[in-house]
Amino acid sequence: MKIPFNYIFRNLWTRKLTTLLTAGGMALVAFVFAAVLMLDAGLNRTMVGTGSVDNVVFIRKGAETEIQSGITRDQAALVESQPQVARGADGNAMASKESLVLISLTKTGQDKGSNIVTRGVSPMAQVLRPQVKIVQGRMFQPGSSEIVVGKNIHEEFDGVAIGQKLRFAQREWLVVGTFDAGKSAFDSEVWGDVEQLMQAFRRVNYSSVIVKMTSVDSFDALVKAVQDDIRIALDGKRERLFYEDQSRALSTFISFLGIFLSVIFSVGAMIGAAITMYSSVAMRTGEIGTLRALGFRQPSILVAFLIESLLLGLVGGIAGLACAAFLQSITISTMNFQSFSQLAFSFLLTFKIVLQTLLFSVVMGFVGGFLPAVKAARMKIVDSLRAA
Amino acid sequence: MSQTLVEIKHLVKGYTRGEQLVPVLHDITLDIARGDFVALMGPSGSGKSTLLNLIAGIDKPDSGILRIDGQDIAELSESDLADWRASNIGFIFQFYNLMPVLTAFENVELPLQLTNLSKSERRQRVTMTLALVGLADRMEHYPNELSGGQQQRVAIARAIVTDPTILVCDEPTGDLDKQSASDVLGMLKRLNEEMGKTIIMVTHDAHAAEAAKRIVHLEKGELLGEPVAG
Amino acid sequence: MFYFKLIFKNVFRAKLRSSLTIIGLVIAIVAFGLLQTVVDAWFAGSNAASASRLVARNSISLVFPMPVYYRERIRAVPGVKSVTLLNWFGGVYKEPRNFFPQFAVDHENFFDLYPEFIMPADQLSAFKRDRQGAAVGRKLADEFGWKIGDTIPIRGTIFSGTWTFTLRAIFDAKDETTVTRQMYFHWDYINEWLKQKFPRRMEQIGTFVIEVDDPSRTADISKAIDAQFRNSLAETLTETEKSFQLGFISQMEQIILTIRIVSFVVIFIIMAVVANTMAMTARERLTEYATLKALGFGPGFVAALIFGEALMLSLIGGGLGVLLTFPLAKVVGVIASAVFAVFKVSQATVLMQLACALAVGFIAALVPSWRSARIKIVDGLRHVG
Repeated sequence: MKIPFNYIFRNLWTRKLTTLLTAGGMALVAFVFAAVLMLDAGLNRTMVGTGSVDNVVFIRKGAETEIQSGITRDQAALVESQPQVARGADGNAMASKESLVLISLTKTGQDKGSNIVTRGVSPMAQVLRPQVKIVQGRMFQPGSSEIVVGKNIHEEFDGVAIGQKLRFAQREWLVVGTFDAGKSAFDSEVWGDVEQLMQAFRRVNYSSVIVKMTSVDSFDALVKAVQDDIRIALDGKRERLFYEDQSRALSTFISFLGIFLSVIFSVGAMIGAAITMYSSVAMRTGEIGTLRALGFRQPSILVAFLIESLLLGLVGGIAGLACAAFLQSITISTMNFQSFSQLAFSFLLTFKIVLQTLLFSVVMGFVGGFLPAVKAARMKIVDSLRAA
Repeated sequence: MSQTLVEIKHLVKGYTRGEQLVPVLHDITLDIARGDFVALMGPSGSGKSTLLNLIAGIDKPDSGILRIDGQDIAELSESDLADWRASNIGFIFQFYNLMPVLTAFENVELPLQLTNLSKSERRQRVTMTLALVGLADRMEHYPNELSGGQQQRVAIARAIVTDPTILVCDEPTGDLDKQSASDVLGMLKRLNEEMGKTIIMVTHDAHAAEAAKRIVHLEKGELLGEPVAG
Repeated sequence: MFYFKLIFKNVFRAKLRSSLTIIGLVIAIVAFGLLQTVVDAWFAGSNAASASRLVARNSISLVFPMPVYYRERIRAVPGVKSVTLLNWFGGVYKEPRNFFPQFAVDHENFFDLYPEFIMPADQLSAFKRDRQGAAVGRKLADEFGWKIGDTIPIRGTIFSGTWTFTLRAIFDAKDETTVTRQMYFHWDYINEWLKQKFPRRMEQIGTFVIEVDDPSRTADISKAIDAQFRNSLAETLTETEKSFQLGFISQMEQIILTIRIVSFVVIFIIMAVVANTMAMTARERLTEYATLKALGFGPGFVAALIFGEALMLSLIGGGLGVLLTFPLAKVVGVIASAVFAVFKVSQATVLMQLACALAVGFIAALVPSWRSARIKIVDGLRHVG
């Protein structure tokens, strides 16, 4: 490319207001594009982080979520006894029988309640989920009416500070600790002793059984054994996949919305770029003629103007990304359609998203600037010089 | 090397304006020798600028022969013509046509971007050429920081930095005051007499035409007088 | 008149630029309108809620049921006219993406409490008579091409197994805002199955829907109902139907807020584009403006020219955008019918669209018109583009 880069860059710099407005429009589009990708990535990280590859979740056949499911004590015992289930040092199965209910808690600043997953867990629960760590207070005592709350619950909801009591099922439940679940779905849950919770709710059945496998490859054998035993009639899914599936609808919704918005916004930005570049070409008709007269070829002219609009896109993309990066400090807490309960996740900026956004911005600049660049290159020399 | 640099035979050129075909040049035959300094004169609409454009290779004739230094330039493709211009023609326009966002140095360097010279070689040539036109101390200035006369001198530097065969000038003093015009014409004369550059200049100013070695008159697309060589 | 003529001609002078700007405006206004309609659609259910109906549910959360025998005690509360049963079924018809709401209801009086659903008397009787009967809304029937007498299989999730219902009634809505994309069948049918398979779960219901005689007393009556069941195993929370619907929406509040914000971001983007257009236009016409001033037109006139041009562009783009929003909303409504039962562009949305278009034009013209009005005549005349 023979036309000096200085020429291209300085032309953008000279018309500062126009450059700013055009790149600004593209920055906004890049921002929205990156934000949606980041939201989906954040949601994915939460769901993926919720499940472990060597855990399996069992729920009743036909149920789609733990809330809909019911497992009898006998069934749970049979699952625990399977050879593919890992054993702890004391010989006990590494399994957690859990009971899920939704309770309604009020977010700070709202007057209406939101559904929160309250999970009755067995002592093995923390072992099966190493990402869960108590960060304030302590874990609840088994056999007591104590509960612990996840980080998101602690931050967003009223009445769940350590020492406060929640009242439901004719009992008072004392909050004794807060846990951090590494940005997984458990951050949005309240945990208590499974037997106590089931007693209070007059339940006899568990919702789910989570087991740790002896090895990651035991999955097929374990599920087959469970399904072959007609007394059991349960479905088993790898824990990670189980939670990913639970957020599929929400994830699809976010992606859909995101694509819709990005397409529309990008058209607006490309139109802005086209208008700017057409004007740029019109203002420099004389220069274009001179460059051609001096011997610069048509493709060089085309490329020079294309680079100008690509630069606009790139600058916009970088600015938009920089702003989007700040979103990472924001947490979104909303209802997950499928589980009917609150789920908190935040924005996650990955290297892949950076590349995608920059590419998207550059393409916007390219498409917006293409026709004007062609017009510049195809001008007749004598006409351009005369018009100068 | 033949003495005849520019060989024009029966050149015809017209433009279409909407539906109409407007003839501009009718059957021009003209020879220009190497080292000549020709002034093309005529009233407006005579076709002198059109003839200049054809010789410079920025427009194509409808018919006729146009040979420059043995090369039939009417036959060349658009991109070959661009390459040809880069090596053979130096342009000087009435309104200077400098790139406003480039410094004087960068403007003069522009034609050299089309060559294979290294950065330091380019720098050397540009510095030398700007010194030649007396603007060595203004290299880093932008056109809007220079007077009209200074801008035209930058344009001349740009025109000669590639050492072209022909210098093509379209009303080079049209926008200048008397003193600057005189300086520019003097410079052109020196380029022609001391460096042997062939110069073809379009002008309507009889005083400017006096700097040339011979004057060719055009009226209504036809040459007046004999096509005399040298 | 001269003024408008001048503006009109100027707008269409640079045809390509004006066309592009108008296209950008149309797209932005349409996007804004559709996004606002998405937010409206979410609230549609609550808007259609009746003022004289209450919903009672377990106070812990909707996931917990209440004993069916609460019904008599609710009916005994002063101010209560009638009580019916409503239970979310949550089944799957063929594939999950065919999602539509299904409810198990008290077949005897459910439709008495919902006069907004209308159907021929014989269909209603047929529905009541057939224990396995189902009543579906017109929109749902049309979507899947169901006719009276068809068998509809539903795979249960909460109530596991495959259920078969016979279509006995198709109901229409009294007005456009009422949803007709749901299915109702007998709660008795479900309850009988529970008696056999899961006796511990029988005789329990998810919600009671209550009709009151005096809509102005809903707060008192709700309190009275809840007082009945305080300190019992299943404490209740009774609220108006509208409040109940809003309860779902408020859980999605952050997403809704995000969409609202994004819809205004669109407007900012197009504002940048139009501002850019006006800035370039004004710069190119510097000589003309200087000439006008030299001729005696004041700086106010020059500013008015630029404003006029910007506003005309915005109104044309905005107007076209509003017109285009309606057919596009219809398309979206069809595609997303599983998510939004109602997808209508409201009057308020149209007004907002026009207001945004005007705001865009106005703000875009601010800086260029201020600059141009200030130009010194001599500078403008000397300026070589």
